[in-house]
Amino acid sequence: MAEGRAWVYGDDVDTDLMAPSAYLMKPADQVVRHCMEAVDPAFAKSVIPGDVFVAGKNLGVGSSREQAPQNLQALGIRYVLAKSFGRIFYRNALNLGLPALVCENTDRINKGDELKIDPVAGRVENLSTGETLECEPLPAHLVEMINDGGLIPHLKKKLARKGV
Amino acid sequence: MTYEIIRSSGCHTSRDHSLIIGTSKLTGSKRSPVPHTICEKIIARAAGVESVRPGEIVTCKVDLAMMHDSSGPRRQIEKLEAVGADVWDPDKVVVITDHFVHETDPDSIRIQDITRDWVAAKGVKRYHEKEGICHVVLPEGGHLVPGMFLVGGDSHSPTAGAFGCFMIGIGTTDLTGVLATGEIWVRVPHTIRVEVTGALPRGLAAKDVILSLCHRIGLNGANYKAVEFAGSAVKAMSVDERMVLTNMSAEIGAKTGIIAADSKTLDWLREAGAPVNGTGSMSDPDAAFEQIIEIDANVLAPQVAAPHSPANSRPVDENAGVKIQQAYIGACTGAKLDDLRMAAGIVKGKKVAQGTRFVVAPASNRVRDRAAKEGTIATLVDAGAMILPSGCGGCIGLGPARLGENEVGISSSSRNFRGRMGAKSSQGYLGSAYTVAASALAGCIVDPREYV
Ligand code: SF4
Repeated sequence: MAEGRAWVYGDDVDTDLMAPSAYLMKPADQVVRHCMEAVDPAFAKSVIPGDVFVAGKNLGVGSSREQAPQNLQALGIRYVLAKSFGRIFYRNALNLGLPALVCENTDRINKGDELKIDPVAGRVENLSTGETLECEPLPAHLVEMINDGGLIPHLKKKLARKGV
Repeated sequence: MTYEIIRSSGCHTSRDHSLIIGTSKLTGSKRSPVPHTICEKIIARAAGVESVRPGEIVTCKVDLAMMHDSSGPRRQIEKLEAVGADVWDPDKVVVITDHFVHETDPDSIRIQDITRDWVAAKGVKRYHEKEGICHVVLPEGGHLVPGMFLVGGDSHSPTAGAFGCFMIGIGTTDLTGVLATGEIWVRVPHTIRVEVTGALPRGLAAKDVILSLCHRIGLNGANYKAVEFAGSAVKAMSVDERMVLTNMSAEIGAKTGIIAADSKTLDWLREAGAPVNGTGSMSDPDAAFEQIIEIDANVLAPQVAAPHSPANSRPVDENAGVKIQQAYIGACTGAKLDDLRMAAGIVKGKKVAQGTRFVVAPASNRVRDRAAKEGTIATLVDAGAMILPSGCGGCIGLGPARLGENEVGISSSSRNFRGRMGAKSSQGYLGSAYTVAASALAGCIVDPREYV
């Protein structure tokens, strides 16, 4: 279980906001600086490891670019909570080992709230408000993959087991 | 040209393999006792099971994996090394460069070099360098056969659904998984059927249908679902136009979009050199759709999406008069031969308004050549169009069609998220090729019906 501060955004936060097209040909450490800058220039500068990215409906709508969740992860985001996700973003985040949790009540969370998250039990404790929110538990095969650290280490383990 | 290369480079086996896929299980359509949608049938075949139900998680064998210069080698090399695996089957990989082409900056040049070297090293013969945008070059290259199960390292991968294929967009790590194993897990999607009834009036296009759907159900209206387009207006559409519907099913959050193949589809694919045999699957008449959405084409007005979302689509009247600095006919969505013809039909014999840049980037070289041969390009140029080489360019704010600070543009592409078409302060509108071309003449957003 981990604690972290919440960064809260609204509905339809798209992949162009998290990873602007204009920088995509640049090395990853340069793209990351522009994460969310079109709506919140403070985000990339002030986010600290362990923070939680909270959004409304349809987080990660848009392109398939994995730099979107990758940037959040590189900046130190430990969990992503949203009412719903763009489907590719959702898979991308989990594949990177960044737990993306579907939480109906993200509007109960305010910017800066301290959150304590148990991804397996599907529970978000808001230490700042004293409220406990539920989130959808992940399917077992995805929990296993995240515990391995994402799809790459997971595949490595599986292929090694098969002796390929 | 492409076919020549593929044939002479000994790619026969993989092509013949597609042929086998195309003729055996797909067209035999052994009726299972439970009725199924097209997507369920394709997934079941790829998963090697008799039948699947929505919600079920299955692992599918991938018939082809497509990637471009952004999602491809430059992001795969390290990941494949980390997994400790090699490409499962180079004959089932298609690499198409389109995002950072016509490269002049060192980063883009490096990406092109990495891509070219990688396909050579891995023996990937289905490689298309600077031939156009991936979703258009994929069918043009003769790689598609109705009924295939494909993945693409790009969100508009559902475009292939216009050919009766099930194709989903995936991210780079998922792609690494496919490259390493040839497999991917999917949750079988529920299918929404969109029935476009009636006939599109003059001056309207598939783009207006899909934009109105974006408005009606929103950016996540079909989240995780498959969308099957049918109805008289879809049947009447050219294959180019059908591709707009499946392409932009990405904009409503769909896992994929699909249209049952018919004789038009097969003719299109045959002309592209695909080893087509049979039409692939159809949804059973009594298949269970989660929802049926009806759109009456007869009463549809041209649609324009205001900044910064395709879901902000409204009848053109509501945005008419907005002054524009640029009108862009481009992208996989909006620069196929039919789009260029629509635009040319509007601007023929007229001149673009002063103070407006009319920029046309054909979706592929094949589109460009055909349009040039029949005089469409000349018509556009006579009206004042600037023709750009084929590539993603203006769709993602790269190259000469990038919108500058505070500029307003209308585009036939698929997305107008903040900053996508250029500067963060720019305002991007979306419309059909008719609407974009008419707006170029007027210097502001106008109803194209007054121009056709
Ligand atoms: S043209 Fe635009 S939508 Fe199409 S593949 Fe390129 S970036 Fe994506």
